[in-house]
Amino acid sequence: MRKAFTPGPTSGNERWNRRGLRLRGSETEMSSITDTVPRTDLIVCPQCDAAWSLARPEPGERAVCQRCHTVLITPRRKAGMQIIALATAVLFLIIAAAVFPFLTISAGGTTNSVSILEAALAFSDGPLVLLALATAALIVFIPLTRVLLSLYVLVPLVFDRPPAPHAARAFRLSEALRPWSMAEIFVIGCAVALIKISELADVTFGPAFWMFAALVVLVVLQESFLCRWSVWNALSEPQKS
Amino acid sequence: MERAERTSKVITARDLGLVACLRCAQAWPRETERCGRCGHRLILRDEKSLQRVAAYWLLGFACYIPANLYPMLKTETLLSVQEATIVGGAIEFIYYGNYSIALIILFASVVIPLAKFMAIAFLAVSVVRPSSTGPHQRQVLYEVVEYIGRWSMIDIFVVAIMSALVQLNSLASMHPGIASLFFALSVIFTMLSAQAFDSRMIWDVQDQREGTKP
Repeated sequence: MRKAFTPGPTSGNERWNRRGLRLRGSETEMSSITDTVPRTDLIVCPQCDAAWSLARPEPGERAVCQRCHTVLITPRRKAGMQIIALATAVLFLIIAAAVFPFLTISAGGTTNSVSILEAALAFSDGPLVLLALATAALIVFIPLTRVLLSLYVLVPLVFDRPPAPHAARAFRLSEALRPWSMAEIFVIGCAVALIKISELADVTFGPAFWMFAALVVLVVLQESFLCRWSVWNALSEPQKS
Repeated sequence: MERAERTSKVITARDLGLVACLRCAQAWPRETERCGRCGHRLILRDEKSLQRVAAYWLLGFACYIPANLYPMLKTETLLSVQEATIVGGAIEFIYYGNYSIALIILFASVVIPLAKFMAIAFLAVSVVRPSSTGPHQRQVLYEVVEYIGRWSMIDIFVVAIMSALVQLNSLASMHPGIASLFFALSVIFTMLSAQAFDSRMIWDVQDQREGTKP
């Protein structure tokens, strides 16, 4: 994000630590609680509820909760642009990987090629149809949705435009979907399936397999570049000023 | 008992009369209902958290039983039709002398799911009853459970890939069994159970025991 990093307000009885979070005595905190005004001078660890005085780390540094060691802020220089580039690449790779042949098997003169969607739709008898839909969602449609949502949220922010309409809702949905995006698990699943089949028949990788493997690396990179707190902060800033 | 100085001085959002957004870490006055920054619902402490954990846990465990009793994969070859359960598939690999694959299957599909059930139950119980395990270890355990939960879906994906790929007319074909549906449901319910757990409760209990509460 290209927002300037300014340190939070300071007071006398605070202790600095090297990771950029400051610990304060309680007596200064009890004052000035007014209705629905956010305490922008604080950051609260979502895992353990510890409240810390907010001091933004420099790009490359990390702010870590001193109690439970959850990473709270991880700004990176030019992260927004890198994420947009990665997300665009992922978008094309998902579409291509879903369409092109994925794996080809041959044994005894018979061959069979499948695409990723065909693999998902293998669950086709009776109640297993539900599973087919769930699998297709987990490996193709949810990752695709997340990429589109993150582009929608990040592109205006990186180019210094006001946030897109409902950007906060879009980013919240993207975050809620995060545990359900399972493309990387599917790739490892391919490796396991191939070990199991390899004694039965010859398996060759189609172009889509390599695209999907590359996609997984890019998704992991994209996730590690993204500082969620910075995005939330950037989304809220224009409305305040 | 070691009693870390630093831990006893930590001030929580609740101590300050604030409620924190679990999505974006913003602090709000306690009466606030929705986070003004990201729109997430604000809950000081989710009283029903443990009930939801238990409900999803039971559903997940209930689905795990038929997932092991019914066949996961049906293999049709020229000579025979074979239906294998999860454990049965692993035993078959042992029978053919492929011990490493058998061990991996048993570990990924039996040991990890069962360990996950036990870990979630332990975390939920440790909030209600004092536990000798420190909050740091329990926090790490919770994060491991949340991270590993998704990976159990790999069994389902393997079945999907194999039964889509191995369709060689009369020579050999594979079909998913009904256990795959139960296994997937079990994984999903276990994930929901772990997500329903409010990890702040791990630390609340610690605060009370150390006597930092007034």
